[in-house]
Amino acid sequence: MDFLSSLFGFVYQCGDAFAFLVLAACGLAVIFGMMGVINLAHGEFIMCGAYVTVTTARAGLPLPLAILCGGLAAGAVGLVVERLVIRQLYDRPMDTIVATWGLSLIATQGTLIVLGSSVQGVGVPLGSFTVGAYSYSTYRLVLIASALAILAGLYLGFNKTRFGILARATIQLPHMAEALGVDTKFVYSMTFALGAALAGLVGGLYAPTMTIVPTMGSTFIMEAFVTVVVGGADVFLGTSPAAAVLGVVKAAMTSWQGQLFGQIGLLIAVIIVIRVLPKGISGFILRERG
Amino acid sequence: MTRPQFIRLLEGPQTLGGGPLFWGAAVVVLLGAIAYPLLADGYTVGNTVYFFTWTFMALGLCLIWGYGGTLSFGQTAFFGLSGYAYGVLTLNFGSAYGFTLFALIASLVCTALFAAVLGYFLYFGRISGVFLGIVTLSVTLVFERFMSQTAGPEWHIGVARLNGFNGMSGMPPLTLPWFGGSIVLFPDVGLYYLVLAMLVLTYLGLRILVNSKFGNVLVAIRENPERAEMLGYDVRKYQLAAFVIGAVLAGLSGTLYTSWGQYITPSSMSITAAALPIVWVAVGGRGDLTATLVGTLVVLSAFQSLTIYGSQYALVVMGLLLVTTVLIAPEGLIVTVAKFAMRARQRSKEAS
Repeated sequence: MDFLSSLFGFVYQCGDAFAFLVLAACGLAVIFGMMGVINLAHGEFIMCGAYVTVTTARAGLPLPLAILCGGLAAGAVGLVVERLVIRQLYDRPMDTIVATWGLSLIATQGTLIVLGSSVQGVGVPLGSFTVGAYSYSTYRLVLIASALAILAGLYLGFNKTRFGILARATIQLPHMAEALGVDTKFVYSMTFALGAALAGLVGGLYAPTMTIVPTMGSTFIMEAFVTVVVGGADVFLGTSPAAAVLGVVKAAMTSWQGQLFGQIGLLIAVIIVIRVLPKGISGFILRERG
Repeated sequence: MTRPQFIRLLEGPQTLGGGPLFWGAAVVVLLGAIAYPLLADGYTVGNTVYFFTWTFMALGLCLIWGYGGTLSFGQTAFFGLSGYAYGVLTLNFGSAYGFTLFALIASLVCTALFAAVLGYFLYFGRISGVFLGIVTLSVTLVFERFMSQTAGPEWHIGVARLNGFNGMSGMPPLTLPWFGGSIVLFPDVGLYYLVLAMLVLTYLGLRILVNSKFGNVLVAIRENPERAEMLGYDVRKYQLAAFVIGAVLAGLSGTLYTSWGQYITPSSMSITAAALPIVWVAVGGRGDLTATLVGTLVVLSAFQSLTIYGSQYALVVMGLLLVTTVLIAPEGLIVTVAKFAMRARQRSKEAS
């Protein structure tokens, strides 16, 4: 029984780390995988979602709806950002990084000026449950379930809907898709908005568990980068296995030496992976298959 | 009249500016810089040294990004590593017998080794430009978080406490051993001349480097890596070398900064701090050393005068500046203006 409860503890930790990595990375991975653009303002979209969620939840909206509002708000901001900045830079991926970093500076410091150094958060809902000698937060299980649900939703969205098929056609051969009448500009801006909305949703999901400060985005981006780099360009073949592997690494290192060593472990894992598999896990799988 | 080769390499296809007019202006600027401490008080001179310390990092980034074509966001990691190394060494061994100079060199060697190991994994893994940026940024962020949590007394190297978020302080400034007593270089006129001399040497040295064969190959790689490889150059080695040189220059900034202010904190490696070198280099013009140097000094002084109104406002302005530069003048404001002026001069020549 003792063994079983500590086993459960470890599985719970791995699941928690997996969920964090998937959720932190999904928005970034969609944008990178579909458009080849690394969005350094990713963390700020998460922050935006968290702020909107907390504000609407405190105004009396039930939490799930508030989280949805956070996602929608971030998606709307993403649409505007795509129109004003990203669209001008599609043929210059390096400059996109630089420009989105500028946006991230503006967003972080602007939020600090307008809303102050922190806003009051909302408590963690759903209480806790006990297995063996330890108690666990139920909300973390909700987060794990949300991570799986988002992955499933993305899979269905990109494989079963008309938009998903048009989007994949646009990535594979943009000119051909355009010649066949796909509005590729529309597809790109929708994809960017989708990535931003996912980031906002994630911000909303994690809002109850964190202190809401303008720099909260930077808590996520390192994990998001790492997962996307290890995963490679494909959301399903890359991000999810990468998050699974890295989740175990992170959970093991964290329970062994603490939070920080979890991150250092992640970083070392990444540096080794890019040396061995420069195209990430998805590149490796696709090469094996093809 | 034949001039030695390194003099000839001061001008070349990879650098803007040349000829008597340019060098005449450069000498005038240099003379002005040498005369400057006679006209200003010690505090202002110390403040100017502060600007100068950052330019090394900017020049290094210019080499990696502008000439090498690979975007490193990790400059501040090398800056911090070098600063901490200098702090640990000098706090442990003091400043007698010119040890601070040894510490300066040792901190740069540390940085070079770290950059070489990191760069080996990055460049020999042949990862694409976008990934290089985010991996170097991740390294910086983890390094910052690691240093921020070293507050407890168990985190020390020798007698030097790492001191977590508050950072290390109280290390001796650079000290030159001299006949009849050492010269302690407080942030004042003495340090000003030392840093100015280093800056001039670094600038001229980099001009020679980028106009030499190495620099030409580096630019060829930036323009088209496959073609450079087909021509028989090992792309990875050239890029790694540029990366290490750039890292050492960032490290030099870090050590000089630590010695200047006698403190170093983890926040000098934060994501905000990491963005600033990108702003300087991008706004000035990453493709040219002179533009980077001038741009860095201009942006830094603008930043400092804006900081009077609050550093968050200044950072918003920096962000806006970065986004507009990328959108409107991707080569950098100074390079765009310089090229425009040159074209206008050519046109008026042709017209006359």
